Amino acid sequence: MICLELFIKFFKIGITTFGGGYAMLPILEREIIDKKNWATKEEILDYYAVSQCTPGIIAVNVATFVGYNKAGILGGIFATLGVVCPSILIITLIAAFIQNFASYAIVKSAIRGLSAAVCAVVIASVIKMGKSAVKDLFGIILMLCGFVLAYFTKISVIIPVLFATILGIIRGRGFRK
Amino acid sequence: MIYFKLFFEFFKTGLFAVGGGLATVPFLAAMGDKMAWFTKAELANMIAISESTPGPIGINMATYVGYTVAGIPGSIVATLGEITPSIVVIMIVAGFLKKFKDNAYVKAAFEGIRPMVVGLISSAVLGIFTSSVIFLDKYKESGNIYDLFDLRILIIFVSIYFLNKKFKLHPAAWIGLGALVGVVLGL
Repeated sequence: MICLELFIKFFKIGITTFGGGYAMLPILEREIIDKKNWATKEEILDYYAVSQCTPGIIAVNVATFVGYNKAGILGGIFATLGVVCPSILIITLIAAFIQNFASYAIVKSAIRGLSAAVCAVVIASVIKMGKSAVKDLFGIILMLCGFVLAYFTKISVIIPVLFATILGIIRGRGFRK
Repeated sequence: MIYFKLFFEFFKTGLFAVGGGLATVPFLAAMGDKMAWFTKAELANMIAISESTPGPIGINMATYVGYTVAGIPGSIVATLGEITPSIVVIMIVAGFLKKFKDNAYVKAAFEGIRPMVVGLISSAVLGIFTSSVIFLDKYKESGNIYDLFDLRILIIFVSIYFLNKKFKLHPAAWIGLGALVGVVLGL
């Protein structure tokens, strides 16, 4: 039963996501955090952290994560199938009937308007997530490091995440002594 | 057998492309060259469509390539191939994290990882901003400041940002509104 619920929920998330894994963030926040309480803001950030450093598509990784934590292996599989099903249906239809879909003027107009909207709701979500994750000077510095490294250099995200892991552990140990 | 080949190629992509859907593009390009399944121009069209349709881009691309190579079963096989490594790897990591959720080291590590990830995500979001709200590449190419902004898009962006803050509608409603306004204005 919970598996079916996961499938439907992630089907809904898949069909309303336009863009990559980050575009999914506001939808996840609404569906998974606010409506269902299946994860907290912190947990979603943790899932994104792991998903960025592991192979595969971020949206799929996050879906597997939420599903697994909610209902084990089957939960992970059902959530993931849910998030990919809309793609299979829609892309197959387009590939079969309207191969020049992306070149229609009306599609282009819709996408331009839609992309600005996606960007607006994603930014709002990231700010909310940031407020719950960045609590002190240590957090602000790490956040800025992450931003600068990712935006201005081409290094793999694994390096800043490893670096943050080490700093987090050092600081955590230091506090307890 | 084409389905096995397709599954295997996408399994490899899913296993080695780290960092999300767009990280799979070089793998798809290499696949096109090696297997002669599609041309570069066809791939470019598939990417454009994947960006313009609902669903995560990475999955859309896998589905499209799979369909191009072997029809509907191909689209399913390619997508399953691409997500299989994710499912396995994430379940191992998630299982590990579940077990050590209350471990002091793991907790401390995530206290550091979370703010870092907010920074990484912000960088990706700035990338989205400079290609969908302002147009940095176009401006860099032409040097014409008018290419950087489209007032109508800026207005859509700002209004939806504040409307979304004020009214608690589903994000999909705002995205739909953006698309509608885009069509009405003929952006």
